[in-house]
Amino acid sequence: MQLKLDSEACQGHGRCYSLAPDLFDSDDEGYAVLKVTGDVPDALHDAARLAADNCPEFAITIEE
Amino acid sequence: MTDTTRPPVTDWATDFDHTRPEYAESAPEIWEQLRNECPVAHTDRFGGAWLPVRHEDVAAIARDTEHFSSEGVIVNDFRPVDLAPIGYAPPITSDPPFHQVARRLLLPAFAPKQIDRWEPVARATCQELLDELLADGADVVDAAAQYAQHIPVRVIADMLGVPREDGDKFRTFIHRILEVPGSGGPGEIEYEDTLDYYLDEAVKERRANPRPGSDDLITYLIEADLDGEPLTDDHITGTIGLLIIAGIDTTWSAIGSSLWHLAQRPDHRRQLVEDPDVMVFAVEELLRAYAPVTMARIVAEGVTDAEIGGCPVKERDWVLLPFPAANLDPEAFEDADQVILDRQRNRHLAFGVGIHRCIGSNLARMELRVGIEEWMKRIPDFELAADDPDAVRWSTGQVRGPRELPIRLLSTNEVA
Repeated sequence: MQLKLDSEACQGHGRCYSLAPDLFDSDDEGYAVLKVTGDVPDALHDAARLAADNCPEFAITIEE
Repeated sequence: MTDTTRPPVTDWATDFDHTRPEYAESAPEIWEQLRNECPVAHTDRFGGAWLPVRHEDVAAIARDTEHFSSEGVIVNDFRPVDLAPIGYAPPITSDPPFHQVARRLLLPAFAPKQIDRWEPVARATCQELLDELLADGADVVDAAAQYAQHIPVRVIADMLGVPREDGDKFRTFIHRILEVPGSGGPGEIEYEDTLDYYLDEAVKERRANPRPGSDDLITYLIEADLDGEPLTDDHITGTIGLLIIAGIDTTWSAIGSSLWHLAQRPDHRRQLVEDPDVMVFAVEELLRAYAPVTMARIVAEGVTDAEIGGCPVKERDWVLLPFPAANLDPEAFEDADQVILDRQRNRHLAFGVGIHRCIGSNLARMELRVGIEEWMKRIPDFELAADDPDAVRWSTGQVRGPRELPIRLLSTNEVA
């Protein structure tokens, strides 16, 4: 599983880093920052789906 | 006073009025009826306004800053004139490209790491309020007037670095601006009693008595610069006004609605007490189901080709964006009319969507979570005091929440 974050679309709702803090962090302005590169560890697949499913801007996509 | 007694509404599709008490009482039913019969309602009131209720339409307009200006965000009888692109309360009333400049100035102060610092203040505030609430042993309390409304007022006062006693004034300003929009114009009230006067004085006072190194927001704005130039006084007072107007009624409403919901759902009260991990989802679900804010736009000047869900609209028309209606749209949410505390897919629009996403969303969420947590610790079991849930009084206008919320306390805990 790979995670993609569209930083242009992100408006800083903060849903991803509150639901999946192992995968996302906040920058100093509240916009999302992806913490992982490459494959998402198996243990974090559910968290990745949660982050994608709750982004109001559809800024997070998952490729499996 | 400006006309606050507009005639009652008989047809919500062609003559809606969101400032009427009958809208406040039954907005969710009105949205559902419109969704099924006429998803883009219109009124000739306010000089012409539209009310789309579908998630798809509301989100599309919120994102379309080219056709829909933020110059006016509170629908009333008067249109703002010549204020774009800055507006009277940047950045909420600003359009691109100025919007981004004004927003980036504020974003760092409202990012999660900064808001975390205010959580102990919010928690202590809730605990004080609960101590007062439980002190005299009453078995019925007003959860809106005695609890929810004071939480954001005190936190915002602390964030601005002004006395907490000013909170009473804030509530007067807010009532005038949000619940009776268009009132308080020239000649109706003394200038010394206006929000404008309060803001001018607050900035003057801070300039006269600077607080170097203070982390309060008035000092922050006075010390801030845009491209090397200090902010104009209008920008500073407009932004502080925005924080007061946007940061208080909204959060008060969200906390009140959530307690109103929990008062009717013993199963949800138990779920929150027994499974603290559900809270991160529950906060979002309560925000979805009871989103307090309806935003507004004005069809931008010179626009000739704008439409809403197929309805052509004309320049300078008002457009309401009822985020709570969008959040209840079954096309966008499974079991949209059910509150499911641990809902896993929840792209709700309580804080809007697009470039104007509520800048205070992290603060609001924190206050809502802490407000519920502290209440549940001391009052794990409670119910509506009135037999009829409609006896609760809901606010009119663009911020929806209970303003009177009599609650019967069924069990209380001593301070842990």
